[in-house]
Amino acid sequence: MSTSVSADRAARPSIINPGRFASLADRAIPWFAAATLIAFAVGLYFALWASPEDYQQGATVRIMYVHVPAAWLALFTYLVMTSAALGTLVWRHPLADVAAKAAAPIGAAFTLCALASGSVWGKPMWGAWWVWDARLTSMLILFFMYLGLIALWRAIDEPSRAARVAAITILVGFINIPIIKFSVDWWNTLHQGASVMRFDGPTIHASMLVPLFIMAIAFMLLFTTLHLATMRTELLRRRARSLRLRLARGAR
Amino acid sequence: MSLGALFVRDVRLAWSAGGGGPVGVIFYLAVSAVAPFALGPDLPLLARLGPALLWIAVLLALLLGLERLFQSDQEDGTLDQLRLGGAPLELVVIVKAAAHWTAAALPLIVATPLAAILLNLDGATLALTLVTFLLGTPALALIGSIGAAVAVSLRRAGVLIAILVLPLSIPVLIFAVAAIEAAGAGRAVLPPLALLGALALVSAVVAPIAAAAALREID
Repeated sequence: MSTSVSADRAARPSIINPGRFASLADRAIPWFAAATLIAFAVGLYFALWASPEDYQQGATVRIMYVHVPAAWLALFTYLVMTSAALGTLVWRHPLADVAAKAAAPIGAAFTLCALASGSVWGKPMWGAWWVWDARLTSMLILFFMYLGLIALWRAIDEPSRAARVAAITILVGFINIPIIKFSVDWWNTLHQGASVMRFDGPTIHASMLVPLFIMAIAFMLLFTTLHLATMRTELLRRRARSLRLRLARGAR
Repeated sequence: MSLGALFVRDVRLAWSAGGGGPVGVIFYLAVSAVAPFALGPDLPLLARLGPALLWIAVLLALLLGLERLFQSDQEDGTLDQLRLGGAPLELVVIVKAAAHWTAAALPLIVATPLAAILLNLDGATLALTLVTFLLGTPALALIGSIGAAVAVSLRRAGVLIAILVLPLSIPVLIFAVAAIEAAGAGRAVLPPLALLGALALVSAVVAPIAAAAALREID
């Protein structure tokens, strides 16, 4: 019974087989990259030219089309890492760790992008590059968590051990993100009232909502392209590492 | 090794020659004493900032001993004995976190009145600060045990543990200082204190499971 199952698997290697995944990723990356370019071209055209200016913010509202999708993707990437961490801990699958490890720098970059674009928007709107608003603060903490996870992966040489330790840390972070978010909200409301301007999603007019969604799709495609590419690179890096180790063992 | 013996052993190790217990207290007082040099000897200002400064000093002082929390046991093989022993690893983590708290945090709490004199805190603020310490430091010790367990077999784990643990410690800091500020502004103290206690309880559930899972990954 078990032999027939494994024979079946050998005949049709599943997508989670690392070698099969790498060859699929090789073929998929150009398509995703092209789709990303098209989506960004359309999205940026709508965002920068074909959408109205805000009656209060003027042209600075266009920063939102980069800022908001980046912030969404910053959170989404952590979600991807959490599901990959579950994959590592439950099934101990090497590809799950590759997915989590490859996603961390992308998540950090999206978080930095959200923080930086928010800062550029904040200077003319709030008159300061940085405000200790609850949302900004929790994004900053998320950024530190990404950096801590990247540092953890870099600190452990052996991939399989780093995988499970990092997965546990990711899950602890996942439990803590709502706690941090809630406590930062509390902290902020204690210090100052809700004088800070904020976007309430559904109150945005359709002429702005459509470009925003196109940009969100573009960012999503960008994430997929980058994630596939970094996963493939990470797989190659691990292959090179094991070859190097085998070589060193054979050399004596 | 029974869990009680483990607790006593850890506390005695921390306070014997070569342990980190006394150094942590000196560090705590030194950090509290350095703050006036940076802020100026303005007593009303120090009294206002005092509790926050003390909390930062406690946060840093508790990070000091974390690196060795599981590492020394891993190096001399005690951790393997504990993993093979009858007690669940989660309980071992709780006991070791409790010992870390007793050896590292309790002396800081005892030394706090001295630091409070340096920072010109009045009696009521000092009492409330001590209450927030009693509620908050167990959470810090437990969160720290996750970082210590994750980084147990790394050579230079100290800074990495700090990077991993500090973001998770922010809620504790927020609610502790919120309670002290609420008292200063005449608002209800109980809600932030209750939330601080809730954080300690949540970390008492999450930290042992996470830290034990990380300790099982050592080979």
